[in-house]
Amino acid sequence: MSAVRPFRAIVTVALAFALCFLTLPVVAIFAGTPPGELVASLGDPAALDALSLSLQATLAALAVIVVVGAPAAYALATRSFRGRSAVITLVELPLVLPPAVAGIALLAALGPQGLLGGWLEDAGVRLVFETAGVIVALVFVAAPFFISQAQAAFSAVDRTWLDASRTLGATEARTFLSVMVPSALPGLLSGLALAWGRALGEFGATLIFAGSLSGVTQTAPLAIYELFATDLNAALALSAVLVAISAALLLSVKLVGGRVAPGLLAR
Amino acid sequence: MRRARALVAGLCTLAALASLAAAGCGRQGPAQDAEEPLTVSAAASLAEAFGRYGEGVEGGRPRYSFAGSDELAAQIRQGARPDVYAAANTKLPEALHREGLVERPVTFTTNALVLAVPADSAIDALSDLERPGADLVVGSPSVPVGSYTREVLWRLGPQRAELILAGVRSREPDVKGVVAKLVAGAADAGFVYRSDVVAAGGRLRALALPGRLRPQAAYAAAVVRGGERHALARRFVGGLRSGRGARILRAAGFGPPPR
Repeated sequence: MSAVRPFRAIVTVALAFALCFLTLPVVAIFAGTPPGELVASLGDPAALDALSLSLQATLAALAVIVVVGAPAAYALATRSFRGRSAVITLVELPLVLPPAVAGIALLAALGPQGLLGGWLEDAGVRLVFETAGVIVALVFVAAPFFISQAQAAFSAVDRTWLDASRTLGATEARTFLSVMVPSALPGLLSGLALAWGRALGEFGATLIFAGSLSGVTQTAPLAIYELFATDLNAALALSAVLVAISAALLLSVKLVGGRVAPGLLAR
Repeated sequence: MRRARALVAGLCTLAALASLAAAGCGRQGPAQDAEEPLTVSAAASLAEAFGRYGEGVEGGRPRYSFAGSDELAAQIRQGARPDVYAAANTKLPEALHREGLVERPVTFTTNALVLAVPADSAIDALSDLERPGADLVVGSPSVPVGSYTREVLWRLGPQRAELILAGVRSREPDVKGVVAKLVAGAADAGFVYRSDVVAAGGRLRALALPGRLRPQAAYAAAVVRGGERHALARRFVGGLRSGRGARILRAAGFGPPPR
């Protein structure tokens, strides 16, 4: 029993240390500059362009991620086939790729001289230096966050509901839309919020693959990097906006996740 | 279970102690400082030349941080304290000197802004960029290569400048970003330094700009105040103007410092 007390002290100190270390930089974004000045520096048209591009590109990327990712995650959750775990690992690989690697990889695959570059050019599709390229980069880095969460959420749905739905004559498509998606919704939403947060923060892959041009490819993180060199207050202001959006996303994950947790625990 | 937890706690304590001890080792007296390599924040375009120069400098190969000169200056303004700051212009080191952050800057070399194209490109002159369809990549306005580029274009007159600027598809944070877009075949042309084309080793071709357009790209380095290795840092900077450093810079495509 005597070992318990020092341990308790250690975990408390560790938690206090982790809390300070992880929150201090975020607090500093707001503490360094008076709020009025933060708001004023948001008047910079380049900052506003970057924010609006970030919102548009991330929303477009999310749409692609949901439309393709949800059925794909459903397949991974409900089918058993040879090499399934290999497929899951491959799908999750971008989670652990450094963003710069992701950017170079996208260039090597979809750039003008990349593996599919000739086909894309023949089809008239340009990605490098285009907003479409930003969206491709965001999908690449953020999709695995959604797919792995969605797969877990689909797997957690009680199989007897599916069987009941199919026994009652519903097609698999109908069962997917009216049983699976509603039951897995909290998990799907939290996966979506995580993917959105990752997409909003994307920097390296976007810069390397799509470039940086205000209004076309310069998302908020790229604008922050550029502003850092010239106008620290404007960089802080834009950072503060991103912190607020990301915090809201995290909070929504927590709220949604709070609802899903009891169901998962009951299994 | 309790034993496992105690083990984890013990390991964590050990790790914490080890990191404290390591941190303590890093802060010993001046005797050890002489053996610590210098830290050098330098313009991205200096990467290759400084890499070679660093192999033979006193104190061992420096720890380099290469980025846009503007980003590095912003870091110093925010409290970063490298031993040496070397920029692709004289403006930024002079501004830091006026702010009391660095010692008097030394102009140590020059570079030529060129129009770089992939080796097999059909683009042969600046005027080729005035036709639509050529994807041009430049440095962002705050990084020296970007401001030199704007100088050149404005000397062409607003009409030609606007035609060329209409082809800009990306403003990169530093000159190596421009080089990378060209080498990857993503862009058709970019404004970089002559030394970058030399460093790209045959993959890029440099189109020299007419003399009347050419901006004066002079590089200045300064010893950062607040460091503990001023003498070593001064010798590093001094060695760039003449002797081995100068020879390496010349071989890398840089020019002699202005008189």
